[in-house]
Amino acid sequence: MNRFLAFLQKEFHHIFRDPRTLVILFGIPIAQLLLFGFVLTNEVRNVKIGVVDHSKDYLSIRMTQRLLSSGFFQLAATPSSESEYEGLFRSGKVKEIIVFEPDFGRRIMKEGKAGIQLIADASEPNAAQLIVNYTTAIANGFVKDEFGQNQKLPGVDIKVRMLFNEDMRDAYNFIPGLIAVILMLISAMMTAITITREKETGTMEILLASPLKPIQIILGKVVPYMILSIVNALVVLLLGYFVFEVPVVGSLALLLGEILLFIFLALSLGILISTFVDNQVTALAMSGFVLMLPSILLSGFIFPVKNMPVPLQILSNVIPPRWFIEINRTVMLKGGGLGAIWPNTLILLGMSVLFIFISIRKFKIRLQ
Amino acid sequence: MIEVKDLHKQYGDIVALDKISLSVGKGELFGLIGPDGAGKTSLMRILMSLLLPNGGKATMSGLDVVADYKKIRLITGYMPGRFSLYPDLTVEENLKFFATVFGTTIEENYYLIKDIYQQIEPFKTRRAGKLSGGMKQKLALSCALIHKPEILILDEPTTGVDAVSRKEFWEMLKRLNNMGITILVSTPYMDEASLCDRIALIQQGSLMSVATPKEMTGSFPEDLWAVRTRKIYDTSKFLEKLPSVISVNSFGQVLHLVTQKGRHTSGSVQKFLSDQGELEISVTPMEATIEDVFILLMNHHNHRQ
Repeated sequence: MNRFLAFLQKEFHHIFRDPRTLVILFGIPIAQLLLFGFVLTNEVRNVKIGVVDHSKDYLSIRMTQRLLSSGFFQLAATPSSESEYEGLFRSGKVKEIIVFEPDFGRRIMKEGKAGIQLIADASEPNAAQLIVNYTTAIANGFVKDEFGQNQKLPGVDIKVRMLFNEDMRDAYNFIPGLIAVILMLISAMMTAITITREKETGTMEILLASPLKPIQIILGKVVPYMILSIVNALVVLLLGYFVFEVPVVGSLALLLGEILLFIFLALSLGILISTFVDNQVTALAMSGFVLMLPSILLSGFIFPVKNMPVPLQILSNVIPPRWFIEINRTVMLKGGGLGAIWPNTLILLGMSVLFIFISIRKFKIRLQ
Repeated sequence: MIEVKDLHKQYGDIVALDKISLSVGKGELFGLIGPDGAGKTSLMRILMSLLLPNGGKATMSGLDVVADYKKIRLITGYMPGRFSLYPDLTVEENLKFFATVFGTTIEENYYLIKDIYQQIEPFKTRRAGKLSGGMKQKLALSCALIHKPEILILDEPTTGVDAVSRKEFWEMLKRLNNMGITILVSTPYMDEASLCDRIALIQQGSLMSVATPKEMTGSFPEDLWAVRTRKIYDTSKFLEKLPSVISVNSFGQVLHLVTQKGRHTSGSVQKFLSDQGELEISVTPMEATIEDVFILLMNHHNHRQ
């Protein structure tokens, strides 16, 4: 036991004295979280708009207020003539201009329909589409609130309700996936690197020549990263909850249990890689390209598995995060219990056992 | 203490150890002398149970290196050829780690490493990676010794270490040896060979000779002359044409000339050279060094192949 504790202490020294390891351990998860959360966001938030109100009656003013108080939009300009529009878009002062036709309120009251023109900056087509969708949804909502269910606003489509993510919040999409990617990165990559580092520097030769048992060496390598992985998973969950307002609808205990299982799987994958490669660069490349890219691209984290070409869909079956992300989404967002995710849990369990089995078979008590 | 019988090791087609047999007695300081690639490291790794031999048998303190590898790892101290401590741990942390791994403490066996460790103790909070070459070796030796091994196996411990540190290192080995530890040490430096109790000359996986350094140099079978000249290159070219010459090798500013036993006197060699127009040259008979023995044996060895 003393031997094992000494080994653990040594591992923590390695981790906390190596700036690169620290960056990978704590910098990358936070950077990824911020990147996905704020930079790569498709969300509509504080979009600068211009409002042209040719009507200036009770309803048009109320609707403008509703749009601006939603938090999605921010009034940046009130152009008085059409000739100003292009300048405002070009200079980037606004992303959308909302034009109320004259007699807007009176027409709705009398004719049951009235027009709003939405002009969006389509140089960013996806963003423009989103902004227009949001505006439409708010406008429709406003009309509904004012006149009941039967009114329809002419000239704008009714937005489809997005189940489980009514605001189409990206955070709902990326937090469950990000947990998988970060755990894969830290657990698998770092374990693979730390074991191959001992091989590369020759210290493995001394460890092997010592009375340490292989299981002590492996556990000593794995336990510190297991602890750090759990910490990281909790940090992402907490940041998700407090910063991006992603709730855990289902059982937290179940979620944590599944996270532990996935950490175990990622660690065993890391050990497996380390039994195949002899230097850190190869270990990095193996875990970087062989693990990270599929984890991000083929797991359904960014691109839905159902939208992939069939060969890639088949390939995605062997990507562990694919199953874990499904579990996360089910438990976190839909509130599903073990009944909904037991097949995935079983698959993850099976993969872990397989990886550990191969690793133990392949771990060498000698140099060759 | 160490018994090696017909030990064979091959990497693919390359023979690293060619059925060698060797016996190292208890308390001996045994040197394995040979150039890079001779098979020294392979032999040591097999003895340390880190490699499996392809044939033959080896025991350490009666324990088989294949079957009893766990016990062997407890009673041996090992210093690999490469600096193999943790550069990001301090001197003290490294030592403490290896003490704990071997189930002991620094205090328990401090007397054993005291002489060595005292020299690096002022730097005990320094990271091992920031030590000088000589200090690294002292730390590595301390770590290999901390569990009071019966047998110490050192793979080229002085390679890349300055002359002063090398001398100190060998003095330390002598002291450890006097405490009863059996030491097997390899080195490419022939001058270190004379510091061992017995040495084995190894070349291309074969042991060419095993004896005490004195026996080895004393039983030099040919005549050896030290030739001092200003023109090393020219003179050596002429000497290669000397009748019954075996070899001419330059040792710094001196040429070592080997001729068949009893064929020459210093006068006859000198006359041969002056006939060629080479004057102001001194030729004196000399005692063989380990290196002369090695070169002679190596030539025989190569001729046989």
